Amino acid sequence: MNTLVQPHSQDRGGPSQPLLIVRDLKKYFPVRGGLLERKRRFVHAVDGVSFSVPKGKTLGIVGESGCGKSTTARLIAHLMAPDDGSMIFDGEGVAELGGIELKEFRRNLQMVFQDSYASLNPRLSIAETVAYGPRIHGVTATEAGRLTRDLLFRVGLEPDQFGSRYPHELSGGQRQRVNIARALAFDPRMVILDEAVAALDKSVQAQVLNLLQELKAERQLTYLFISHDLHVVHYLSDHVMVMYLGEVVETGPVEDIYGHAAHPYTRALLSAVPSMDPEHRTRVPPLNGDPPNPIDPPGGCRFRDRCPHAHAVCAARAPVLAAVGENIAHSVACHMNDSLSGHPEAKQEYPA
Amino acid sequence: MPASLVLPVNAVAATPSRSYWAMVWHQLRRDPMALFISAILLLIILSAVFAPWLAPDDAYKGSMLHRLLPMGSEGHLLGTDELGRDMVSRLMYGGRISLLMGVIPVLAAFVIGTAIGLFAGYVGGTVNMAIMRVLDVFYAFPSVLLAVAISGALGPGMSNSLIALSLIFIPQVVRVAESVTTQVRKLDYIEAARMSGAGAFSIIRVHVLGNVLGPVFVYATGLLSVSMILASGLSFLGLGVKPPEPEWGLMLNTLRSAIYTNPWVAALPGALIFITSIAFNLLADSVRSAMDIRR
Amino acid sequence: MLTYIFKRVLYAIPIALSVTVVSFILVYLAPGDPLNAIAPADAPAEVIQALKSAYGLDRPVPVQYGMWLLRAVQGDLGTSIASGRAVAGEVLSAVGNTLLLAGFAAFAGVLAGCILGALAGYHRGSWIDRAATAVSVIGVSIPHYWLGLVLTIVFSIWLGWFPAMGAGPDGSGAWMWDAAHLRYLVLPALTLSVIPMGIITRTVRALVAEMLEQEFVVALRARGLSGRAVFRHIAKNTAPTVLAVAGLQIGYLMGGSILVETVFAWPGTGYLLNTAIFQRDIPLLQGTLLVLCMFFVVLNLVVDILQPLIDPRMGRG
Repeated sequence: MNTLVQPHSQDRGGPSQPLLIVRDLKKYFPVRGGLLERKRRFVHAVDGVSFSVPKGKTLGIVGESGCGKSTTARLIAHLMAPDDGSMIFDGEGVAELGGIELKEFRRNLQMVFQDSYASLNPRLSIAETVAYGPRIHGVTATEAGRLTRDLLFRVGLEPDQFGSRYPHELSGGQRQRVNIARALAFDPRMVILDEAVAALDKSVQAQVLNLLQELKAERQLTYLFISHDLHVVHYLSDHVMVMYLGEVVETGPVEDIYGHAAHPYTRALLSAVPSMDPEHRTRVPPLNGDPPNPIDPPGGCRFRDRCPHAHAVCAARAPVLAAVGENIAHSVACHMNDSLSGHPEAKQEYPA
Repeated sequence: MPASLVLPVNAVAATPSRSYWAMVWHQLRRDPMALFISAILLLIILSAVFAPWLAPDDAYKGSMLHRLLPMGSEGHLLGTDELGRDMVSRLMYGGRISLLMGVIPVLAAFVIGTAIGLFAGYVGGTVNMAIMRVLDVFYAFPSVLLAVAISGALGPGMSNSLIALSLIFIPQVVRVAESVTTQVRKLDYIEAARMSGAGAFSIIRVHVLGNVLGPVFVYATGLLSVSMILASGLSFLGLGVKPPEPEWGLMLNTLRSAIYTNPWVAALPGALIFITSIAFNLLADSVRSAMDIRR
Repeated sequence: MLTYIFKRVLYAIPIALSVTVVSFILVYLAPGDPLNAIAPADAPAEVIQALKSAYGLDRPVPVQYGMWLLRAVQGDLGTSIASGRAVAGEVLSAVGNTLLLAGFAAFAGVLAGCILGALAGYHRGSWIDRAATAVSVIGVSIPHYWLGLVLTIVFSIWLGWFPAMGAGPDGSGAWMWDAAHLRYLVLPALTLSVIPMGIITRTVRALVAEMLEQEFVVALRARGLSGRAVFRHIAKNTAPTVLAVAGLQIGYLMGGSILVETVFAWPGTGYLLNTAIFQRDIPLLQGTLLVLCMFFVVLNLVVDILQPLIDPRMGRG
């Protein structure tokens, strides 16, 4: 979506400064061992993830369930304390000395969850849910009421008809609209959409996606869009990041990822998507088996157990993210991308 | 608490939207059993509350000439007790103490138990573990035994039996409140509330309490009947209210000597305990099914 | 499975210890000096001092607890102040009588509850179901001490079928397995059986009704399996839960029997507790409480270990 990006009213660093930079984010969950087990073991849910989100753009994060995409979202939202890593929001360190305060950061960053029902308090009416946030920040009841009406109207819910309803009286799509309205109540700069349309019917999904696109342009929003649905990611995202077992394996502009995927895992994911075009048949075999146990990820490349191109070097060393050819926007973590890695299928310098 | 905002009903909406509690109330009002039970309970409660005005006779002063009169005697519709006191009056006055002794421990356990359970469940982790393990000890005692032991150790008396009963119910209420809180705490709307920068107190008040109160309330209504039976039981053993106070359990005890001469008068106080307890139980069932509507 | 049993036993130890602490501490809740119960009010100071050191009452409370626990483990629960006899002996004979009563009551109550509950669950909505539901509501709502009184009035005073009080014709409290003694057991056991019956009926009814709606049972019936085979499946799947509920109920009966024993003057632990409380016989109170609660802890342990063993799903492995 290349609409001309107007700067947000609270913009500080100008359009070229990324809105959010995440560095080396880590989260290990301790595993409850047996009674006599001495060594504590950990699930490496997010293992050194770094990326940045440009202003007014959408970064899509894809991967199988359990790859750490939702944990990444929760870490960014500070719903969970990271074990390591730092974040810079529009040039200011988050929750650091001299940086942006957590409270202020949260006001700028909102989240829409997958389960539209579990994310609404069943005891509160729709209007009460949307007004809750502004109310606790000291907005008067009348002011919050007006804001709520405006927001409900904007997400396509007639305030008079829906405001006094309760979540169970709404459809899934309507509930997700309420969740979006609630997220917008603070006029945030960034919204994390954690599988936000995954539970919806295809037709409803399309309506909600269009609403999201409109809102993004209208309010100069930046999205972090987390999904396992590659079609939806393709439609909504400007940049895509592919995660596997807590690590980033490939990242780049959406056309590069979908057009010239460099990582065998990305290619397998894409080939698993049913194609509408009979001329464009699946060639690369889809993935076999399940991801390995994240408690003890295999040494070297984490994907090698399922990779058709696995070689001795993949077990010996872990590949690092590096640019694909001369395209610095597109990078991949695979030995086949590194001409000096010693992988037999590695691209030679300056391929024809 | 969701204040039931009465918003103008839109013509398009087929049914008016109601808050959860309004729906429960609506459901209860349509349940004939609940209405019938409520009427009986109301009758018992009203005749206890207004005993000083309604009672035909003095509940404390009797006449040795009129001891143990059978039911239907002149001036004493339900007869007299072993000291010649009018049974109708004593049963009405007895309801005051018996009902209070049944309701107060449940009320105390409801308030204290919900508070502890909410705290434990919301904080979670080691603190929660510690609190629940301590309460497990209370579960190692059969409840009647614990009630008798505590009020036995504290010494007979009304306030001591109230303490004993509250101590028995608190751990049970905590367990219910804690498990519901733990479930609710993991739901996305709590995280959404945290995203809006709400503090723990606001989240508990608005988002947790409203959802925990329901199940705890149902559980507590179920306890009313148990509490009535136990409280009167303690008095029956001589551990609760002391004579000459009229209390159903104590009356049952002092009238025991009369079962050979005047059995039905002797059984009357117990019948009232039974009726009240079964009414509480049936009401709890109605409340439970009324609250079982889709939330 | 062994690990589970091992863990469960390990878990029971702190509970059991806490129970001893509570049993011990309860006495310190009691108003007044426990010594008042031992020494005459006008005893000279030296005598009181001597008694204090004899009973260890001049030591700090934790030490007293340790001494008490050490003796209790060896089977010495002290001496009853009221009777002057060893508490252990008194408690043991009383526990025997209570177990007899509770055992009969539990057997009758659980059996009746299972039959009623199964019938109600099979024929949901029928008159049997309504009757069983009524019985179970009455069972959990009735003050059993009052029921005891009513049964006495009907079966003892009017009909004269069963004796109203005591545990035997000679009034000694010593039990014998003959018809004369068994007649004394009928009314108190019947009274007490109402407690588990109501809850078991309710549990079994819900379980059976739920089981009948489950797909595998529907499939079994559709395949033309006989009623008996279906019943076996249901029995196998409801047994673990029923066992758990029944086990707990037996424990509650040990406590609930206090009131019933008082009504029928049955010489069990309830009767003993009553005596201990009103005569302020502290060692007797402590000892009775301890034995009853230990019994309850062990019962819970046994139920928890048995339940997964008979569960076809193998429960917690």
